[in-house]
Amino acid sequence: MNPAETDQVCPAKIDASCRVPLLALFGGAALWLVIGLFLALLASLTFHAPEMLAGCSFLTYGHLAPAANDLLVYGFAIPAALGVMLWIFARLSQAELVLPLLPVAAANFWHLGVFIGLATILCGRSSGFNWLEFPRAAAILLGVAFVLIAISAVGTFSQRQERELYPSHWFLLAALLWFPWIYSTANLFLVSTWPVRGVAQAVINWWFANNLIFVWLALVGVGVAFYFLPKLAGRPLHSRFYALFAFWTLILFGTWIGIPEGAPVPAWLPTTSAFASFLLIIPLIAIAVIVVKTVWGAKVNCKGGPFCYLKFGITAFILSGLMLIASACPEHGRTVEFTWFGHAQTQLQILGFFAIVICGAIYEILPRVMGFALPFPKFVRLQHWLFMLGTVLLVGTLAVGGVQQGLKLYSPDAAMLALRFSTLGWAAFLLGSLLFAANIFVMTMKWKLALAKTVIAYIKSPLASSEVKP
Amino acid sequence: MKNGFAVFFAVLVTLGGSWLGFVVAPAIQLGTAKQAAILNSTDTWPLQRTGEATLGLQVYRANGCAACHTEQIRQDSVMAEVTLTSLGKSKPEDFKAFVQSLFVLPELAKVTNNLAATLKDWKGELPATILTTDDKAMADAMADRLKAAGVKSETGIVAIGADIPRWGVRRSVAADFLYDYPVQLGSLRVGPDLADVGARLPDANWQLLHLYAPQIAVTNSAMPSFKFLFEVRKLGAAPSRDALNVPKEFAPAAGYEVVPKPEAKELVAYLLSLRADAPLYEAPFSPVTTAKP
Repeated sequence: MNPAETDQVCPAKIDASCRVPLLALFGGAALWLVIGLFLALLASLTFHAPEMLAGCSFLTYGHLAPAANDLLVYGFAIPAALGVMLWIFARLSQAELVLPLLPVAAANFWHLGVFIGLATILCGRSSGFNWLEFPRAAAILLGVAFVLIAISAVGTFSQRQERELYPSHWFLLAALLWFPWIYSTANLFLVSTWPVRGVAQAVINWWFANNLIFVWLALVGVGVAFYFLPKLAGRPLHSRFYALFAFWTLILFGTWIGIPEGAPVPAWLPTTSAFASFLLIIPLIAIAVIVVKTVWGAKVNCKGGPFCYLKFGITAFILSGLMLIASACPEHGRTVEFTWFGHAQTQLQILGFFAIVICGAIYEILPRVMGFALPFPKFVRLQHWLFMLGTVLLVGTLAVGGVQQGLKLYSPDAAMLALRFSTLGWAAFLLGSLLFAANIFVMTMKWKLALAKTVIAYIKSPLASSEVKP
Repeated sequence: MKNGFAVFFAVLVTLGGSWLGFVVAPAIQLGTAKQAAILNSTDTWPLQRTGEATLGLQVYRANGCAACHTEQIRQDSVMAEVTLTSLGKSKPEDFKAFVQSLFVLPELAKVTNNLAATLKDWKGELPATILTTDDKAMADAMADRLKAAGVKSETGIVAIGADIPRWGVRRSVAADFLYDYPVQLGSLRVGPDLADVGARLPDANWQLLHLYAPQIAVTNSAMPSFKFLFEVRKLGAAPSRDALNVPKEFAPAAGYEVVPKPEAKELVAYLLSLRADAPLYEAPFSPVTTAKP
């Protein structure tokens, strides 16, 4: 359905060229998703009984929470996003993946970096900056891996048959450029040998956190949705012009958000940020209009399949944006500052929006790339329900609990009930992620077995007659 | 939007704007900040932390304390207030009558209701805050009138907000964090704000007990115990000098004592060094002598 796609090269060949890199990226991502959600569940359990895990330094909330968050973003979200991006670039370019070995090596670097980072945080050697807890060695591995994958992606992009860009191209190219930029900046200014002084650290940290969690995930998630929604709905994306408008306003306003109102910094910083937050309503409306006009009335029987994943994900994204705007609202925004409301928004963005969009995309991509159907197709539907339930339980309760906590002036008991319910939300997500991982691992094993069989068959086969000495 | 380069260039400019605005500009403005002058004093702020407290910041970071505690006190506004310190020769009733006679003055018209309400229940206790207003000139005018009438008063500045006075006396400002690395502002208040905890809870022994078993100090605390920062060891010939005086229900078995490891002492040194109690140009307040609720 995308104008750029014509069938000059056999799609099966393109898909096959992505097979190994995508498996390397998705396999690790699924594993980190499960581990990350497990750690998040443990962290949430510490609110039921503070003494339960207190004997172990590495199992206290202060260690578990950042480790879980980093695994969800660096372990799962980014590699999964990169895999989906590579496939979309190859498909849109109608060309086989360029330098497919680069992303395979990079995926291993990436997952090694995440492992080092996880071990470091649990040992209490995190850098102490939100979303930047990984040590320098891990940061370098991640940065190098990202650039290697970007080289392959941009190489594939430059092979495109159709010169004109498709809207997903803008979003995904901007994401490829923006991550190395913010990640290197934040690491150089904060974690390097010569960090900036005083609260400039906090400002750069807020800027990085917003650009990673809100802007970067939005660029990829919306870009991926704009590719798959028209494809699955069987009709073109509603208006290229709207998409262009949404893209520019998103990066123009979204990148200036993140400095909280009461922060101990010069007043121009939070003021600019609050102003940008209000303007964020413009891209949100534009994206909502595009999605509604594209999918409304489309006769798709999704039944919890990838189409449902994408629709739910985009709805969660709009909600997450609205929550961001609400927390920047003058006067009322103060009520929810420093409460669980902010965490609810973050988890809505990461899990409710991004994870569900990317899982939907992966379920759509994997059978094509592997050349055989999913081993457990029923799990797809079940995971959709579990993720939806998880989003409602986790984000809904934490958001309400956050408002209560703010209204009761941070009384320690105000959010306890909400926190206990949110544990159920984490459990639902964990179950869903296990189903996701089961599909990916069984598929990988099947493929490896088939590969081994081919190799054995090749060894065992009688030599061709030309090779036989007379 | 036909070729990749145009997209790349336009994205570069848009994203570069945010980078210049929120990374480079703050790094220049805040990254070159110097110590600030303390109001009505020749001293500068902040003080460099002691070596032990500087190490303690690293213990705070390593244990992720900032996941549950903030170090940012917020305030809504500042108010000027007039506090009576001595009535001189006049009696409380005379003073009330005198203030009521001032109500006709046009420059005090805005605060007459405020004044009348404050004085209604006042029975002559001193010192007493009789006027709180957001207009410093008004407070000064009132103080001048009182001085002319032979009554002694002080005008002061107080910060107002939900965090004040329970967690501190003024808002946190950039200068408070000048020497910190990493700056641990935090984003969630599961526990109380710690920006001024050194002034609020200055007892090192209380802090150690609270770390060892939070429920000793705060009933039903949601804070986990940080027992791994302490050593439970066999009692020697005499109790160690540092041994904690742990209440019975939390104490280890007989013949054992609880001694803080160096990390615990460093963390407490850091907590006690957390203060936001110097009046600065950007966060003024006057030490108030009245007994506030």
